[in-house]
Amino acid sequence: MTQATAASSEHTQMNTAKADSPASGLAPTAKTATELPKEVLVKWLYDMQLIREFENRTMQAYQQAKIGGFCHIYTGQEAVAVGTIGCTNSDDPVITAYRDHGHALARGMSPESCMAEMFGKTTGCAKGKGGSMHMFDRPNWLFGGHGIVSAQTPMGAGFAFSEKYQLEVMGIGKKKVTLCYMGDGALDQGCFHEAQNLASLWDLPVIYILENNGYSMGTAINRHTANSENLIDRAKGYGIKAAKIDGLDIMNIYNEFKPIVDECRETSRPAFIDLKTYRYQGHSMSDPQKYRTKEEVDTYKDKDSIAKLCSDLMHMGHIDEAGWKSMRKVISDIVRASVEHAENAPIPEAGELYTDVYANPQKNLSPTATYTHGTKNPLM
Amino acid sequence: MTTMPMIESDIHPAVDNPELPAFLPNDQLPPFDGDRIIQYREALREAMSEEMRKDKRVFLLGEEVAQYNGAYKISQGMLDEFGPKRIIDTPISENGFAGMAIAAAMTGLRPIVEFMSWSFSFVAADPILNNAPKMLYMSGGQFGCPIVFRGNDGAGGQLASTHSWCVEALYANVPGLKMAIPSNPYDAKGLLKTAINDPDPVFFMESERMLGDKAHVPEEEYYIPFGQARLAREGDAVTLVSFGRPVNFCLEAAETLAAEGIEVDVLDMRTIRPLDIESIIERVKVTNKVLVVDQSWPFASIASEVMAQICETCFDWLDSAPARLNTADVPTPYAKGLEYDYLPNPERIVDAVRKMLG
Repeated sequence: MTQATAASSEHTQMNTAKADSPASGLAPTAKTATELPKEVLVKWLYDMQLIREFENRTMQAYQQAKIGGFCHIYTGQEAVAVGTIGCTNSDDPVITAYRDHGHALARGMSPESCMAEMFGKTTGCAKGKGGSMHMFDRPNWLFGGHGIVSAQTPMGAGFAFSEKYQLEVMGIGKKKVTLCYMGDGALDQGCFHEAQNLASLWDLPVIYILENNGYSMGTAINRHTANSENLIDRAKGYGIKAAKIDGLDIMNIYNEFKPIVDECRETSRPAFIDLKTYRYQGHSMSDPQKYRTKEEVDTYKDKDSIAKLCSDLMHMGHIDEAGWKSMRKVISDIVRASVEHAENAPIPEAGELYTDVYANPQKNLSPTATYTHGTKNPLM
Repeated sequence: MTTMPMIESDIHPAVDNPELPAFLPNDQLPPFDGDRIIQYREALREAMSEEMRKDKRVFLLGEEVAQYNGAYKISQGMLDEFGPKRIIDTPISENGFAGMAIAAAMTGLRPIVEFMSWSFSFVAADPILNNAPKMLYMSGGQFGCPIVFRGNDGAGGQLASTHSWCVEALYANVPGLKMAIPSNPYDAKGLLKTAINDPDPVFFMESERMLGDKAHVPEEEYYIPFGQARLAREGDAVTLVSFGRPVNFCLEAAETLAAEGIEVDVLDMRTIRPLDIESIIERVKVTNKVLVVDQSWPFASIASEVMAQICETCFDWLDSAPARLNTADVPTPYAKGLEYDYLPNPERIVDAVRKMLG
């Protein structure tokens, strides 16, 4: 067995373990994070470290020009995606913006597929047609990866609307909660205000998760949005339940966020969460970061969410130094294998240019193109 | 892998198994003429109501569609029949509710989004252009977007510059969407029924000036396939190619010309994307002269595209350069006479044909 296959089969086992754990089929029912089963907590650490390591390799591959386009790194914010998704069911819809690798991995997308997408290969989640900003994963209820700031916020209301419509009009499905992630830059777009109005007006079970990393690209939050110290009052203005949560401590995220998810599912009322977090890297790979100091970044690195969880779990006796070391080794192998997979995966054939444009590709849709049906991505 | 009641099993997703209605060839559709005379707006209502009775995935949302019974009374009575969960009044938030409906379509529902006017769709440009037509592609075929956006397009009655937009040239530029522009009540019903069943996003252009037009509309269900033009009038001198409201201007002009002994073709394209270029070629081979009549501005218009395709496909059959007649290349004026002159009205068409024939 090659190292790559070994690593990949190990990842599959982790995923299988996840399927049996409470974090997958049903959201955990424990009241506080410390009461959660050891497996769930250790899996959080695993997922966060997986994202960290994956992003390290992503940056490397980008610098080697193996990944093109815009590429936004999630490092520093891992606790947010893993912690909030850890409070939901695996068939609750999730949508996010372009800083989406972390959500994709936390949702269960295979690192191979995620990396191959960025490499523009056929085994990527979108068959190489979306790239870094468009991680879509139908089996895992991830609806993208969207490139325009805040475009995902009306859509977040739409998934909640759809699930509610199916239940009430068609008598199918079940009560679901939609998670709609957004950066603080998205606060300033008009469509977010329209989305909040619609969500509240129509009792849509959507939770807007503000991943407040303090910067709208290079513009600090106090320079881009009014009353930036008190964002939750805005949501309250729409009659939306709102809370401010420290986003660097995953245990804290669970404790504060889980009751909000449960309430949203029960009452079908929207919510808005201001999760204070921090990104260690620039806005995108091409950001020289002149707008902040190295000292500021270091302050946050001292409060690193992975280090915090790791130390908590060691305190609780859920993991020891040797366990943590071997976990990192496993993850490192899996991520390296994902890069190898992406390197070796086939590039899209020329004919792929004209597939997946129309679900019903009739003739004469274009003066120059003949469209055809796309083939189903075997990984999706 | 989790089960996805909506996306995977219970209901066929648009992407995996587009359930298309049984399309009949043009010559097997119910007769165009008859005595069941109803308005264009009623034909639209019939199309939506018939599909909503059959398919609970279909719902209508937009400004004033429910309690007000439709700003233009297209959805009159639909709230009573289908209730507020399926006939949904929205706030004036096109960006918000269009984006919301797109997400609903991605999960398998079949939203019909009514824009009171396509002039108001620009504030929703991002969702309708960036998301609906590109979703299938950028998700690598995972998520389709079976949605209909419909509303009034083109000059109404003295509505001036901001409310008189013809958006077809701007929007038809985008691959991934389809566009239908019915010129009469019969087509309004048959094309809208097809649009609702199509698994791709359909931009459906109506006209405030045609909503009261009356004509025969069959009571039975029928689906007009996209991409099949209708020869509304047959002649031999010139082929007039048009779509939407100006088809009626062409038919009026044809009457005037006939009195002078000039018989022209009027070819109603019905859909812009797909564009039935074969039918155009067929008629060009007969008349060898073509005039494209289009109620949007000339620069980079649908008329420009049609002329380009004619030059690419049947240049050798032309006796003279293909010509186009668009609205005047100015913002839409308010004054009644100016607005009339601005449109590709029957008098302008007659003049253009006479000019072509020397």
